[in-house]
Amino acid sequence: MIVRILGEGQLEVDGGAADELNELDAKITAAVERDDEDGFKPALDELLARVRALGTPVDPATLEPSDLILPGEDATMADVRKMLADDGLIPG
Amino acid sequence: MAAKDEGMVAPMSVMKRVTMIFRAKANKALDKMEDPRETLDYSYQTQLELLQKVRRGVADVATSRKRLELQLNQLQQSSEKYDRQARDALAAGREDLAREALTRKASLQSQITDLNTQYTSLQGEEERLTGASQRLQAKVDAFRTKKETIKATYTAAEAQTRINEAFTGISEEMGDVGMAIQRAEDKTEQMKARAGAIDELMASGALDDMVSGPRDDIQAELDRMGASSSVDLELERLKGELGQGSAPRQIEGAATADGAASADGTAQGTAGAGHARTEQPQAGDGA
Repeated sequence: MIVRILGEGQLEVDGGAADELNELDAKITAAVERDDEDGFKPALDELLARVRALGTPVDPATLEPSDLILPGEDATMADVRKMLADDGLIPG
Repeated sequence: MAAKDEGMVAPMSVMKRVTMIFRAKANKALDKMEDPRETLDYSYQTQLELLQKVRRGVADVATSRKRLELQLNQLQQSSEKYDRQARDALAAGREDLAREALTRKASLQSQITDLNTQYTSLQGEEERLTGASQRLQAKVDAFRTKKETIKATYTAAEAQTRINEAFTGISEEMGDVGMAIQRAEDKTEQMKARAGAIDELMASGALDDMVSGPRDDIQAELDRMGASSSVDLELERLKGELGQGSAPRQIEGAATADGAASADGTAQGTAGAGHARTEQPQAGDGA
């Protein structure tokens, strides 16, 4: 599957890693739910580090859309909230 | 699908929601298409415009970084100037002047440290934006090729599928790049304002007052204490370098044959500063 880290580009990650990534994602989701900025940052770092370790960069000339899109490494919880809001951060 | 989302008790995972938002933006744009071929050309134009915008963004960040680099150099030179003045003052036995120079140096130094942090962050922004520009360029090129192929082999059903694929892929990249530009623009604006303020301060010569600037009184007091203890340390260091170390050196001097020379030095240090300075050249002429 193709995973995009915003601001970094797309990576090809083996589909077998999905469970592990979902677990890490659940930590982020829990932190956002609890409004826990201190828990959010390390959880996001962990997920991104795993994706970078498992993935190989995709040829930038591919036009394939990503299966998963992750916030960039310096995203704050507020950034993520804004992104998720209607007409949020994403232009266009 | 919408009904399922609304019915969910636990919020959906962050990464799945982010992904869906991107997908929804692309689909919305796709839904507006009437003649697919015209839309391809129109989309390509938009991509080229975004590409230009990213390149301008990269140039803006670079300009900001260079300006910061210049300012850092100027501040560094001023800091070195104060350092020299402190040395000269101390050599002339004017500890009060040396202290003043070192105090100014300390306040410059905190400014320099702060600007260095900004500089590093701006460098990171420049690298990220350069990468984004290259990735977008590759995708725009691929899109152009695909667009021409689709237009050449156009049958409505086939074209629609291929267009959807290409469109979703490029739309995601454009969303990503769009956010990166927005962030870089914000940062560049902040840096411009900041650099402008520092230029004004340097022009007005008021930079020495930076430490007691916009912060609260207690913080200013704490900073002053910190700065004055670092000034004391530097004074000791300079004294050591110039052989004006106080107590330990005197004891050493008394115990060795250089006793006389050393005593001379100490006497000069404690003598009335004005007199010591006027008498010295005369003694030199005589010799």
